[in-house]
Amino acid sequence: MNDDVYIIGAGIHPFGRTDGRSGRDQGVFAVRQALGDAGIEWGDVEFAYGGSAAAGSADIMVNELGLTSVPFINVSNGCATGGSALTSARNAVAAGACDIALAVGFDKHPRGAFNAKPAEYGLPEWYGETGMMLTTQFFALKIQRYMALHGISRRALGLVAEKAFRNGTLCDHAWRRSPVDLDTILNAPMINDPLTKYMFCSPAEGAVALILASGRKVRELGSDAVRIASVAFRTRPEGSFEVFAPSISVEGGGKPTEIASKAAFEMAGIGPQDVSVAQLQDTESGAEIMHMAENGFCADGEQEQWLAEGWSEIGGRMPINTDGGCLACGEPIGASGLRQVYENTVQLRGRGGERQVPNGPKVGYSHVYGAPGLSAVAILER
Amino acid sequence: MSALAPIAPGLWTDEPEPRLIGGRGANGQIVFPFPSGDAAATVEPVALSRRGTLWSWTTQGFEPKEPYDGPQPFRPFLIGYVELAGEVIVETRIVDASPADLIIGMPMIFAVVPFDDRRSTYAFRPEHQP
Repeated sequence: MNDDVYIIGAGIHPFGRTDGRSGRDQGVFAVRQALGDAGIEWGDVEFAYGGSAAAGSADIMVNELGLTSVPFINVSNGCATGGSALTSARNAVAAGACDIALAVGFDKHPRGAFNAKPAEYGLPEWYGETGMMLTTQFFALKIQRYMALHGISRRALGLVAEKAFRNGTLCDHAWRRSPVDLDTILNAPMINDPLTKYMFCSPAEGAVALILASGRKVRELGSDAVRIASVAFRTRPEGSFEVFAPSISVEGGGKPTEIASKAAFEMAGIGPQDVSVAQLQDTESGAEIMHMAENGFCADGEQEQWLAEGWSEIGGRMPINTDGGCLACGEPIGASGLRQVYENTVQLRGRGGERQVPNGPKVGYSHVYGAPGLSAVAILER
Repeated sequence: MSALAPIAPGLWTDEPEPRLIGGRGANGQIVFPFPSGDAAATVEPVALSRRGTLWSWTTQGFEPKEPYDGPQPFRPFLIGYVELAGEVIVETRIVDASPADLIIGMPMIFAVVPFDDRRSTYAFRPEHQP
């Protein structure tokens, strides 16, 4: 058994559009960068987990990386692909099955909104035929009600997007590198009311690789390591309101994010007040707002003040989505959750450059949410 | 309306004032639509209320990719959730309303409406027209 598991190497292929390079090749790029960052060779990796949602199997990467006979498990878990790879790699090291493991996620999606197939989600064909099976609708329906119940303004939605694009200008792996002003965001074409074009992230391309190691290996290598204080991955509980739901219970229920968040804080032995920087799923502006509360960082409705006061800006009391999040980076499903962990690794090592959170952040929190209702949280500590 | 075929069988009752057909599980919870396959074995069909209240809503401003199979050219539409008190909250098209008319909590009533020139689907409309 290894009590502590660390990230000792992190690599990323820039997000966005890279014509002429497959998703898997972007994955290979990220793995090589992570190996270089960790100061190890591919042959040192003892266990690998990876996957994509739309760009093929990860284990084929051994053709490029080297035929070392490494056990390589393909992860195919939708929006939780990256989070599942990280959870599995962390558990493999913690269990003592290996001292060095890889978690890699990559993807390459066509332009435009995702088109999910009803049968793959156990839903009837008419649900898709009638135009009800869109992730964008779910997010709009969820924030529309949330705004009415908790007094969140359209301006707050705009401020989230404005912050994302501003942070993206400071980040070399971001896709959207130009600022967009609040008026442009608010007056852009409506996609799903109340969310305009600039308030949604887009499917994209990209890859992230993380090298995990035991404490023994960290000491042996003298790594610039960040400790994984906890990872928690949960599917939806009874009565929750999730994407692709033809009906919802009138009795209400829990939320997978709340459950994963509580579990992650409990395992790490800390609380939301201890977090120095957070990456929260921001598939659209409203998601970041709602996930601030679901992850325990504020009460419902307090986000309005947070955004007005700039508390979630880099340099604010708790910066959120310091690399521009999904809004500025786009969403390659298999890589997106690992990007958040990558960014926290960068921040905790103090390598953020222009986007570095000041005063030496000690605790980084990341949260990914996806269909059909699952959340993965990882807490890193320096 | 009788010339149009339902978008799928078993979604609503065949009666002068049709109602959605949900399924009541062993735990008493109602789901919509009525489940298919093995999941149907433990579920009782239940005709749902024609009246409810608006739980949330949004616009669909762009044409969805396939499997969307709506009429051409694409026209934006409204969708939402309507809470049927004590039963279930159903996702639905919303008709005979504009975004400015919609207020969460307002009374809504069930309707069967044309989907395209061949098929009908279900919807809710505001119970009191402006």
